[in-house]
Amino acid sequence: MNRYQDVIIAGFGGQGVMLIGTLLAYAAMEDGQNVTYMPVYGVEMRGGTANCTVVVSTEDIGSPIIHHPRSLIAMNRPSLEKFQPRVVDQGVVVINSSLVEMELAQKERLKTFAVAANEIADALGNTKMANMVALGAYVQLTQIVPLEAVKQSLKKVISPHYAKMIPANEKALQAGADSVGP
Amino acid sequence: MTQNKAVYSLPSVLADVPMHYCPGCQHGLAHRLVAECLEELGVAEKAICIGSIGCSVFIYNYLLVDTVEAPHGRAPAVATGVKRARPDNVVFTYQGDGDLASIGLAEILHCANRGERVTIVFVNNTVYGMTGGQMAPTTLLGQRTTTCPEGRCKEHEGQAIKMCEIVAGLGGTAYAARVALDTVKNVKQAKKAVHKAFEVQLEKKGLGFVEILSTCPTNWKMTPVQANKRISEEMIPYFPLGVFKDVTSAEDKG
Amino acid sequence: MPGKPKRILVKGNEAICRGAVAAGCQCYFGYPITPQNDIPEYLSKVMPKLGRVFVQAESEIAAANMLLGAAACGVRAMTSSSSPGISLKQEAISYMAGSQLPAVIVNMSRGGPGLGDIGPSQGDYYQAVKGGGHGDYRQLVLAPGTVQEAYDLVIKAFDLAFAYRNPVMVLGDAIIAQMMEPVAVREVEAPPASEDLGWNLMGKGSRPPRVLKSLYLEDSALAGHNALLREKYASMEKEVLYESFMVNDAELIVVAFGSIGRIAKSTVRGLREKGHKVGLLRPITLFPFPSAVLGALAEQRKLFLTIEHNLGQMVDDVRLAVRKHADSFFYGHLPGNLPTPDDFEQPILQVMGVAR
Repeated sequence: MNRYQDVIIAGFGGQGVMLIGTLLAYAAMEDGQNVTYMPVYGVEMRGGTANCTVVVSTEDIGSPIIHHPRSLIAMNRPSLEKFQPRVVDQGVVVINSSLVEMELAQKERLKTFAVAANEIADALGNTKMANMVALGAYVQLTQIVPLEAVKQSLKKVISPHYAKMIPANEKALQAGADSVGP
Repeated sequence: MTQNKAVYSLPSVLADVPMHYCPGCQHGLAHRLVAECLEELGVAEKAICIGSIGCSVFIYNYLLVDTVEAPHGRAPAVATGVKRARPDNVVFTYQGDGDLASIGLAEILHCANRGERVTIVFVNNTVYGMTGGQMAPTTLLGQRTTTCPEGRCKEHEGQAIKMCEIVAGLGGTAYAARVALDTVKNVKQAKKAVHKAFEVQLEKKGLGFVEILSTCPTNWKMTPVQANKRISEEMIPYFPLGVFKDVTSAEDKG
Repeated sequence: MPGKPKRILVKGNEAICRGAVAAGCQCYFGYPITPQNDIPEYLSKVMPKLGRVFVQAESEIAAANMLLGAAACGVRAMTSSSSPGISLKQEAISYMAGSQLPAVIVNMSRGGPGLGDIGPSQGDYYQAVKGGGHGDYRQLVLAPGTVQEAYDLVIKAFDLAFAYRNPVMVLGDAIIAQMMEPVAVREVEAPPASEDLGWNLMGKGSRPPRVLKSLYLEDSALAGHNALLREKYASMEKEVLYESFMVNDAELIVVAFGSIGRIAKSTVRGLREKGHKVGLLRPITLFPFPSAVLGALAEQRKLFLTIEHNLGQMVDDVRLAVRKHADSFFYGHLPGNLPTPDDFEQPILQVMGVAR
């Protein structure tokens, strides 16, 4: 049975959307699946918008670029506004409700989930881990890869210089997962 | 009883064939100086020559060493690739003024600035020879060529570029000298300079550079004798002879 | 995972570097230009540690000529750039083809013409395949469609360069350069020892001197040289590589290379799910071109649609390949727009509809 999932992860530059995209891709590889990660940067070196597309499949992957994704992680309002209309019907959308009003969510057409990523990360002591909270929630909702594989991959994508941050990031991933369900 | 003593023989590095150069051209003499130095230093067997574009394009017919042909002006870049790939070989370029000082200016300057352990033999005869006597970057003010028929004009074409001084000013250059081939004394000096430009390479001091002022009777529209005279009367006053840099000399050490 | 080769998650640019290192590349000469900057950056870290050569040249022109010099010595050497920089390298590539020097050139192409943009494009197909520099020459052109292929093909490029004593280009684009995928990597090979290959420059020692050149002025010498080159180019035919996907029962075959080939594969899959008999032929070698396989498919009275990320270049070669029995339609996605599988669906259906 072939399994296929794709996701656009989008936010401000600096919110760490590329990092969680890479982390998800790494976890999928460690899980033995095929995966592509495609970054799209703004022209700015710093402070612009950023998004990436991750495709995970048990089959070989065709396009690494997806116009109508099956899921979306929107870390800020411009990202939701840009990508939500393109998500396929009944697609999974994780919305960072700390920065985006949930009235904007297309609740009838899509499976939308509010995750107060910044608040949850704040409670853990570091707003910067909002990205991990959002990814934890997304992984829990889609079961795209085991959450454990994501945690195990942290050491591969976080530079050794920040190795001491890994336990905190694991907690953030778990907190995100817990926030959306069992 | 008279004993015969050989005072002249062909360096083994130099092919015993007629050269294609015009009567009175000094490329042949410059080739011979390079050949003698390679032989005296005992490095002909491991020498790699980078040929260039211009009258000396057939240098491989005369200098019997491994040779690769470089595109116009690019010999110092090719030499960089050769030397980096084969640091134990002795690598040199042989370039004219159009090749080195015009189209290849970026390549020679950066090669010297990196201090590549190569030797550059630069023959300056103030004109593009092979293509028919057009204006070169080293053409003197007032000199007539096929592309400055009224004489080189400072306002329109700028002045002749002094490569030896420029190359001497770069950090990676170990030795830079300007010599001429118009008199026996100058030929002897030229030989010493070529020798030295190879020595600094062998000693891994940096880049060795020799600018050789040379004749082009055909494109100067002169007899060989007139052309030879022009070197001392017109060229040397503008392009002074001498050693412009020598990191091995006492004053440079100080 | 036990029993499987080690997999790493890397960008296409890094895969190129790792492939080159694994292939025993001794010298790399580069110059910054987006979107291939990861290549000189990575190799500036790795090559010196391995005792190999990294030089940031003063220009793409100089880098290509340094490559020429190292190639003349018979060592494995590479340069990389992106479209505008590749234009500057054409002079040296022509000389290397003429002088029969083995070298690897990577083009992570970007949008054009001129400065264009830093996004993907296939605008350099003609330049790569038809001899981008002056004179009449060919280079082998390998077009990876995945990051794994980028790794494998750069290794193959070195082997082909030396087998044919010819420049080989690896033609990717900003998509292949920037995307990450798992890559199964192999052991790093030490560069082959400095050996006498019978033609390379090492200093003459006790043998007659060697000359590597492209100038042939004597009567009919150039014609003789070109006859040899023509024979060599023809012999490259056996190196043809391509991927064919669901072509057997297909009514229409999409022909697309590189990243566009893999994006089109998603379109083909989607249309198959809807019951449309569509297949894909993805040339992996662009020179030599898989003309024979296309010709054989044309004999089966199939329709062809060439899809490229340019105004139409490879379509010429497809038309030549199928000309006895068919023609090829064309859809050109414009450089400056990022292509997705959805973009190709209507053009395919239109051709199938037109034909019916």
